[in-house]
Amino acid sequence: MRPGSFLGQHILNSPLIRLLLQRLGISFIVLIGVSMLIFVIARVIPGDPARIALGPNAAPEQVASLRAAMHLDDPIVVQYGFFVLDVTRGDLGKSLYTNRPVTVDIVQFLPATLELVFAAGIIMVGLGLPLGILAARYHGRWPDNAVRIFALLTVSAPSFVWAVILMLLFAFYLPLFPIAGRISDIYEIDRVTGFMTIDTLIAGNLVAFQDAFSHLVLPAVALSLSGIGQAARLTRANMVETYEKPFIEMAQAYGFFPSRIARIYVFKPSLIPSLTIIGLDFAAMLGNAFLVEAVFAWPGLSRYGVAVILRKDLNAIMGTVLVIAITFLIVNILVDLLIAFLNPRIRYSTRVDA
Amino acid sequence: MTPLLAINSLTLAFKNLFQHTPVLHGISLSIAKGEKVALVGESGSGKSVTARIILGLLQETATAEIGGEVWFEGRDINAMRKAERAALRGTDMSMIFQDPTSSLNPTYTIRSQFVEVLRRRTADLSRGDCDERMISLLEEVRIPDPLRVLEAYPFQLSGGMNQRVMIAMALANRPKLLLADEPGTALDVSVQAQTLSLMHHLVDNHQTAVLFISHNLGVMREFADRVYVIYRGRIVEYGSTGSLFAGPLHPYTQALMAAVPRITGSGLPDLPEISDTFLAPPVSHGGTL
Repeated sequence: MRPGSFLGQHILNSPLIRLLLQRLGISFIVLIGVSMLIFVIARVIPGDPARIALGPNAAPEQVASLRAAMHLDDPIVVQYGFFVLDVTRGDLGKSLYTNRPVTVDIVQFLPATLELVFAAGIIMVGLGLPLGILAARYHGRWPDNAVRIFALLTVSAPSFVWAVILMLLFAFYLPLFPIAGRISDIYEIDRVTGFMTIDTLIAGNLVAFQDAFSHLVLPAVALSLSGIGQAARLTRANMVETYEKPFIEMAQAYGFFPSRIARIYVFKPSLIPSLTIIGLDFAAMLGNAFLVEAVFAWPGLSRYGVAVILRKDLNAIMGTVLVIAITFLIVNILVDLLIAFLNPRIRYSTRVDA
Repeated sequence: MTPLLAINSLTLAFKNLFQHTPVLHGISLSIAKGEKVALVGESGSGKSVTARIILGLLQETATAEIGGEVWFEGRDINAMRKAERAALRGTDMSMIFQDPTSSLNPTYTIRSQFVEVLRRRTADLSRGDCDERMISLLEEVRIPDPLRVLEAYPFQLSGGMNQRVMIAMALANRPKLLLADEPGTALDVSVQAQTLSLMHHLVDNHQTAVLFISHNLGVMREFADRVYVIYRGRIVEYGSTGSLFAGPLHPYTQALMAAVPRITGSGLPDLPEISDTFLAPPVSHGGTL
């Protein structure tokens, strides 16, 4: 018995760690699948990328040499091999659209989108779950109906419609918030994390932080609205079901306070099934962010992604989709771990197969 | 001596826009301090709703229409305000349920649920005091390793263990009245017998009055001082356990007793759905309603 292996054994026996390893393994396989898929899709879009890059006036020889440089004349399997090799070296190729390495573009645009999506996610969870608790606690009475109407409104219109409505109401008629961009031009903020709200705080410029924050409010709210409605409805439905369980009748029979029963004893068992969907919603916002970014001129990755798709910028398309897929997978792993942490049945199971 | 609990012609109906469904047709029963009383009847006869009215839970359901009086220690539960009813629950009254494992919250440890129960009586009980109380209460229900049980989640314990935990919780605040709604029906027979005799012993020690709700006549005969037989929302027969079992007079009671499974085999004898004798005043074996 080696002493070192004892600790390793102990860590491996922790269900959370085993779950994490298992999820990472699955995610790796998913990632390979995604890379194949986006690679093939990018190749079957009609049009010659080398010709598009060089423009209509380029000579055929120039096009031919660029095709050779991009390995476009090799068999598709070989092309995929080159692609994977480059990606593992952290090289996503050059964008034909910005004429810079795709990694540089992604580093520039991704934080803006992540900031927007995180803000929207916080609003979604911070408003959606309490609204769901409220509706379930008073289910069948007026707070339930009010939440139902609100949820229907938010779910039935897509986020870009809300973006336009919010912009009209709170930026045009009632000029409370700025209309476009991440921060006013007058501020020069050193880029550290790429998250404008965090960078302004690091710079210690509170006025600029306030400005960046007010720029963030409308896009984040617009992006989160449908998620709020969905989270509220889902939480309510799961909680109403949990209210029928014998352990809630027990809590009532022992005179626990109704609001405590709702917030603690009903909410936690109900949150577990809701979390998966909320996690998916959160990841889906990465894609939905495109239209919101377009409306609010938000310089994010989603907007970049659409711009490069329209220009058939192969390297940039694949890089963007890959990054979004990885973000999606990371969010899913986090949600799975959170569920395992909340659900003692998973946390204490010796086998991890749930 | 005034009884601890006195129910006077209690009626209950569930109503909605289209229907009015009477469930209880004016039942009366009483329980003295420290007395063990059984309410026996088949499913759907109104046993469980009676318990929920005593607890004051059904009063808060908008669709329930409740009439009559439920006197608990000289106060009418039906006439109380919501907060007054809530104050009685978990302190002077408590309840044990059918299935102990599903009656405990699966996402919290026994400790955190037990602490909540203890703080119903003494809101500012410190953690240390709680631990001390819980350990002695769990030892009282003969749980061998109380600390391990406190840390456990309900799904990590056996049904019998959970039932002991439920009994410990139910008696933790020394209630005056314990409602036992078919306790342990979900457990296997030998575990059920074990936990019931434990409960029997404890309520005798603490002078806790018990309203025992069941369809199991064998258990009733062991446990109860007096028995009320309920059928279709009416008390049809009542009396001391001995005389009622010795000579059941109402045809429904007779049928119920004949329906107890025997090795030689017997079924429920044929009974008319409704007859004059069902609506007659309850058959008394002495004592008061």
